[in-house]
Amino acid sequence: MSMKKFEELFQFEPGREGFYGEYGGAYIPEILHETLAELTRAFENARRDPAFWREYAELMGSYSCRPTPITRCDNLSRQYDIDIFLKREDLNHTGAHKANNVLGQGLLVRRMGKKRVIAETGAGQHGVATATMAAKLGFECTIYMGAVDVERQRPNVFWMEQLGAQVVAVEDGTRTLKDAINAAMRDWCASMADTHYVLGTVCGPHPFPLMVTYFQSIIGREARDQMLRIQGRLPDRVYACVGGGSNASGIFAGFLDDKVELVGVEAGGLGLDTHQHAARIAGHDACAGVAQGYRTYFIQDAEGQMRETHSISAGLDYIGVGPILAWLHDSGRIRFAAATDQEVIQAFKTLVRQEGIIPALESSHAIAQVLKEAPAMPRGTTVLINLSGRGDKDIFTIAEALADERWLEFLRRKVAAAG
Amino acid sequence: MLEDYLRNKLQSQPLLVMTHLVAGYPSLEDNWRMLEAMRDAGVALVELQFPFSEPIADGPVFVRANQLALQQGMNGERYFDFMRRAAREFEFPLLYMGYYNPVFRLGGQRFCDALKDAGGRGYIIADLPPELAVDLDVKAREAGLDPIHLMTPANSEARLREIAVNAAGFVYCVARKGVTGRQTALGLDVTDYLDRCRKATGLPIGLGFGIRTTEDLRQLKGHADIAIIGTACLEIWEQEGEQAYRDYLHALQKAAGRN
Ligand SMILES: Cc1ncc(COP(=O)(O)O)c(C=O)c1O
Repeated sequence: MSMKKFEELFQFEPGREGFYGEYGGAYIPEILHETLAELTRAFENARRDPAFWREYAELMGSYSCRPTPITRCDNLSRQYDIDIFLKREDLNHTGAHKANNVLGQGLLVRRMGKKRVIAETGAGQHGVATATMAAKLGFECTIYMGAVDVERQRPNVFWMEQLGAQVVAVEDGTRTLKDAINAAMRDWCASMADTHYVLGTVCGPHPFPLMVTYFQSIIGREARDQMLRIQGRLPDRVYACVGGGSNASGIFAGFLDDKVELVGVEAGGLGLDTHQHAARIAGHDACAGVAQGYRTYFIQDAEGQMRETHSISAGLDYIGVGPILAWLHDSGRIRFAAATDQEVIQAFKTLVRQEGIIPALESSHAIAQVLKEAPAMPRGTTVLINLSGRGDKDIFTIAEALADERWLEFLRRKVAAAG
Repeated sequence: MLEDYLRNKLQSQPLLVMTHLVAGYPSLEDNWRMLEAMRDAGVALVELQFPFSEPIADGPVFVRANQLALQQGMNGERYFDFMRRAAREFEFPLLYMGYYNPVFRLGGQRFCDALKDAGGRGYIIADLPPELAVDLDVKAREAGLDPIHLMTPANSEARLREIAVNAAGFVYCVARKGVTGRQTALGLDVTDYLDRCRKATGLPIGLGFGIRTTEDLRQLKGHADIAIIGTACLEIWEQEGEQAYRDYLHALQKAAGRN
């Protein structure tokens, strides 16, 4: 298959390494300069070594259920008279696409000979994935997580600790994903000699956006082949939710050269007019800025101080967006939309009841957007949705949103029993 | 320019003291009293940090100070007003210190104009590497401002030379890996590192990050030109109050002088 536009991402004009249009770059404290240069070299070496991708694909097959299947949503397809397919990233080990990135970086860490890994996590999915990788490949592991997210996602904290990771609750700033990233960067500024920072999404300084896109492109490569095999044609539209943008970048990578509409769905929170959302591109509260090591659209005030964001899903609740996606948006290749918390809960319920699949709240944003647009789609339209993760981790949030009385009663009994 | 000022000062004193404050923390009134204490002690140079919501190069003490300063309403207008008043009152040069985004949002030219207009002499931007600072540095030089660049012990010789190309005023040498705050153990590796920096630049050399004791300053004499003290000052202000802060600055300045 042709991946011309994808390959072009790896080529930079002299002096513009790591930039996609105006976005990206490496705006970092000087202390990290040589570390990022070393990482860029190691990544480029690995990318040019066919044995590396083979080792990666083999590991993903034996440890993480790859290739993940594509499932047709028969009932929803019938209802709207279109064809809706899901790329089942929820079936990865640890329940989300995060495994693709983490295991790729893990193999790279082994090549670089480092002993310790650190990571930020929002929903906890990337933290759990990193902790499993560290356990399997034999690295020490520290996970930074905003204190608010530690509260929201306690089960994932439990699993990270069981896996042997140290979980640090970050109390700075808004105590969410962005603050966890800052804390991980600070750790790395001191520890880089023997430590690798496993950034969880397509953000941060070069080469992270490119490297994470590269590992996640396994989603799009598989999906394109599968669609041709199953449906005999490419989808008309591909939808993915966008937090930092890694699952979206991964599935879009397979279709950049094709006449396929790519749709990124951001967190609309309580609504785009409320300031209580995380829609960097689809909303109107973001503009170009530089933070956390890179340049992109950030949700910020007029003087460049970051603003609070909101989403029902911790994994999409973030101020910035991958620079490659920002650039593909500006150049018209990707359309951005937003789904509100309420729409997301509805979409979640619909998928569970109609298709027997429990999606993560993050992934439910992509489903919500398809359900909004489906009534207006021409008959026979083929839609592919990246189902980035499974919803088990969200049981507390969802039960609360649905005000499920029996679940609350169960919690009360558990609390009473624990004394 | 800053370099001439520093060279001139270095004729009468082997090591200069540069201090730091986070503008708006604990308050601008406290900041003013800090500046008075710095003047009375004979501090040579002061950096005024403009707070940012994502201070990735700072340790816990400054992270908190950045955050609280913003919560109390610090913004660009108040910052430059404060700098303007301070530049009129005090003789020591004032530097902008901060992160790139507020500069980027204001625009390079407007930032340089505002800084010049407020009486600032240069800037230190913690997350703007020299290759990405070129445009801003050109504008700064046209405005008569000095872009201060940072060298670190993790840099190769080649990188140190690259950093030196657009540096002006003096070079800020980061004393160790990590972020601001934690104490640095000054040993032979630090003096070796300073020698490597000297080979890369002819500018005066300042050493910062984790410098806090009078003993640190005595050891730096003959190796660095400027001792940069940040977190330690703020900790003393917060924990021991104004008089202790004054005593501390006097002791630093004394340790930096001729024995
Ligand atoms: C299931 C799931 N989907 C999506 C995301 C958002 O990340 P990204 O936009 O990088 O795919 C997360 C992040 O934690 C996640 O857990």
